[in-house]
Amino acid sequence: MIENIKAFLGDFFVTGDPMIYGADVSIALASIAIVVTLTYFKKWRWLWDEWLTTVDHKKIGIMYIIAALLMLFRGGVDAILMRTQLALPNMNFLDADHYNQIFTTHGTIMIIFVAMPFIFGLMNIAVPLQIGARDVAYPYLNALSFWLFFFGAMLFNLSFVIGGSPDAGWTAYAPYAGPELNPSSVGQNYYYIGVQISGIGSLMTGINFLVTIAKMRAPGMTLFKMPMFTWSILITSLIIIFAFPTFTVTLALGLFDHLLGTHFFTIGGGGSPMLWANLFWFWGHPEVYIVLLPVFGIFSEVIATFAHKTLFGYATMVCSMVAISILSFLTWLHHFFTMGNTAPVNAFFSLSTMLIAIPTGVKIFNWLFTLNKGRIEFTTPMLWALAFIPNFTIGGVTGVMLAMAPADYQYHNSMFLIAHFHSTLIAGTVFGVFCGLHYWWPKMFGYLLNEKLGKWSFWVFMISFNVCFMPMYFLGLMGMTRRMYTYPAGLGWGPVNFIITIGAFGMGVGFVIMAWNIVWSAIKGKRDTTGDPWGGRTLEWSIPSPAPEYNFAHIPKVTTRDAFAAMKEDKKRGREQKPKPFEPIHMPNNSGIPFIMSALFFVAGFGFVFKWYWMGIPGLIGVAICMIARSFVYDDHHHIPTDEIERTERATGRLS
Amino acid sequence: MAASSLSDSDKRKNMPLEYTTEEGDLRIVGFWIFMASDLVLFSTLFATYLILQGSIGNGPSAKDLFEIGPVMAETIVLLVSSFTCGLGTLELRRHNTKGLIFWFVVTLILGLIFLGLEINEFYVYSVQEGAPIHLSAFLSGFYILLGTHGAHVTLGIFWVICIVIQLAQRGVTPVTARKAFMAGLYWHFLDVVWIFIYTAVYLTGMVI
Amino acid sequence: MIKEYKNTAVKPEPKGFPWKQVVGLFLSLALTFLALWVALGLSLPVPITLTVIVGLAIIQALIQLFMFMHFTEGTDPSHQMMGIAFGLFVAFAMVAGTLWIMAFML
Repeated sequence: MIENIKAFLGDFFVTGDPMIYGADVSIALASIAIVVTLTYFKKWRWLWDEWLTTVDHKKIGIMYIIAALLMLFRGGVDAILMRTQLALPNMNFLDADHYNQIFTTHGTIMIIFVAMPFIFGLMNIAVPLQIGARDVAYPYLNALSFWLFFFGAMLFNLSFVIGGSPDAGWTAYAPYAGPELNPSSVGQNYYYIGVQISGIGSLMTGINFLVTIAKMRAPGMTLFKMPMFTWSILITSLIIIFAFPTFTVTLALGLFDHLLGTHFFTIGGGGSPMLWANLFWFWGHPEVYIVLLPVFGIFSEVIATFAHKTLFGYATMVCSMVAISILSFLTWLHHFFTMGNTAPVNAFFSLSTMLIAIPTGVKIFNWLFTLNKGRIEFTTPMLWALAFIPNFTIGGVTGVMLAMAPADYQYHNSMFLIAHFHSTLIAGTVFGVFCGLHYWWPKMFGYLLNEKLGKWSFWVFMISFNVCFMPMYFLGLMGMTRRMYTYPAGLGWGPVNFIITIGAFGMGVGFVIMAWNIVWSAIKGKRDTTGDPWGGRTLEWSIPSPAPEYNFAHIPKVTTRDAFAAMKEDKKRGREQKPKPFEPIHMPNNSGIPFIMSALFFVAGFGFVFKWYWMGIPGLIGVAICMIARSFVYDDHHHIPTDEIERTERATGRLS
Repeated sequence: MAASSLSDSDKRKNMPLEYTTEEGDLRIVGFWIFMASDLVLFSTLFATYLILQGSIGNGPSAKDLFEIGPVMAETIVLLVSSFTCGLGTLELRRHNTKGLIFWFVVTLILGLIFLGLEINEFYVYSVQEGAPIHLSAFLSGFYILLGTHGAHVTLGIFWVICIVIQLAQRGVTPVTARKAFMAGLYWHFLDVVWIFIYTAVYLTGMVI
Repeated sequence: MIKEYKNTAVKPEPKGFPWKQVVGLFLSLALTFLALWVALGLSLPVPITLTVIVGLAIIQALIQLFMFMHFTEGTDPSHQMMGIAFGLFVAFAMVAGTLWIMAFML
């Protein structure tokens, strides 16, 4: 009996590696510390009432960003472990299996659990404020989206200590990921189920923001008067809505191969491993634009604000994003040019890929012309935006090199490719979310991040990024392929790899400075008493920082683009409108169901990972009960009375 | 999406009950967008099925397996249920709670008959004909495509049951009207998906 | 811009025979049996048969959309129209693209 239990626990928990034990200990200590702190300060009630049950888009946005920063730390540690292993030839820091697991979790976490939630966090905070709305279209659904993402991420991360991580890469290509070559299934199931749960949340966020932007804009704000960030989220939402269903199906089919013995992507039984690549990238390529278009929007806002000019080429910006949204669904094959497609197929997708560089290039020129003759103010957000332009362009240009199908036979799966997509995803997405984080931080918390520390973290991170990824292009051309856990001496790769590793550590240092900046500023940061610390142009800066629960005491009337800049201009000229009396504001009620339902999804998912149907099926029944319970809730909103609005507005100095 | 002279709230005053609140209006639009995305979900399953249709391994082919009788029975039941559901929406527009509940219950019964027929079909294929899901890629694609549609129908049945209870409790109000209308849209949508299953799976399978 | 909202009043719709629904049902059943006859009754070449039955399915889907689903209703029906149109585009890209890329499997 005891032997059986011992054997079970030996399989259940990941054992044998000191680093894993270290992780076990730190997870246990962190959990105990959280529980003790919350109990000591009697904060459980506060946590439940203010955060776990909230449907307020601003709080949900903050929770998204906290989760994304934690996941960025985890993904970053993965990167540093990999780079340490590759620093010198014939290193024994990680073994092959462990290395495979780490590059898999690094990729999955960075795309699904860092880039997406970071962007969702920023859009939750900024979009309703930019369009003059009091919340999103479906606040309850918004909370559900967040908790599904959160529990999906937790389930995926659990694989590290319980059961073992997936090791087939973030693309989980068949047949290696399939049951024939991966018979234990547990690690792969974590991937399919964890990503699936958070993917359902992403799809719902897409629908939520599309409807919010389409239907809830302030009176007078026509589509072509919307701020550019809102435009980028509208287009992003459209891509999410139509790309994610394919991913849902793809992950489910992969899971069924393991659980039900189906033959979708297997070698035997008539399955087709190539079908996995085809379906995966039908989602995967639009996904690239899902994480890039929002940061294009952020850069547009930031560059216009700190160049003190209106954005150049507004209409062409919009048109190029619409073009990207259509083209992004027509280029997916360029991820597997080398899989043996016919020449016409490769030629078509080669052309469509090059075509998509055109609208992207148009945007680059628009930003440059916005800067032209502007009065440029070098704040931290602006530095991130300015650094984005050249660094991202390098990623874009190497992308066009990879788009040529015959040349791709040389570049494919080399370190050149790795350098290319890090140039787009770090110089684009990561610079962008850092830029947005510094830019909207005062709106979230009511104080600014320290500029000096911000600039330090920018320079360290940006220079290290180049030290890390510029040599990597050459390493690829020298013949090193991706996903090699080590390499022999004497190929000339050693020195280049060593430089790259220095860059990787440098980026870690940049991130630590940023984390320190957040801690320092929380204690000593400059308060934002005006609500408009940057001289902003859009409506989110017209209200106090942090925004009150109801956002706008009066819904603003919009007559032009850059609505808040125009309002400030009117005020200067003494054409300010007289304040009207307040009216009670209709707000949605908090609900605990999203949290409980997502937790039950987690339980069900954990059961299916281990094929414990006794746990998985009751979990899903619990989810269904939550849905039915919600269907019978009719008392789902309340009104904020006028005297409370008046008190809040007076406290922020908005009433004299 | 161009600016029109009337604001949304002005337009809503002259619309059917389910659109009269802002919440109802938003949710109906959102539900359309959801259905559009579900369209892509099914298109992925169709693409997968069509690619794997010929990969029969050691199992039977579509021609060996399919029988037209049960398929036509399922198709007719679902088409008629879409019709009765449409009559329910018509009664909703007449603010007739009893008529709405009656037609929704009829739709539910037809939905259950459809599910029964489909489960029986699965049972016949997988047990009696010896063609279970794990035998070949073709069978995997077939069962998962039809199973996903069947799961949607099952969800729809639970949803309509909840709505019928709420209609009996509250009558036709802006909120229950919105729920009933959306459930109706969903039911018609599932009928549309079935039309393509009928065409691309059964008829195509018997032709090729 | 569709002005459907002007035709539908918040006051209940009048009673009467549900012609629209009955005609919709009749057309659906007729198209279903027509497709069956084309597929199994006629022995046309396979590509022609497939084209015809897919065409019939599309017509039937449009009947559901316009006769049962109140597709042109709403404060701004262009939202759902554009949504469905984009969905159809992506669905087409998915099915046609996959069949083209993986034609060796057919």
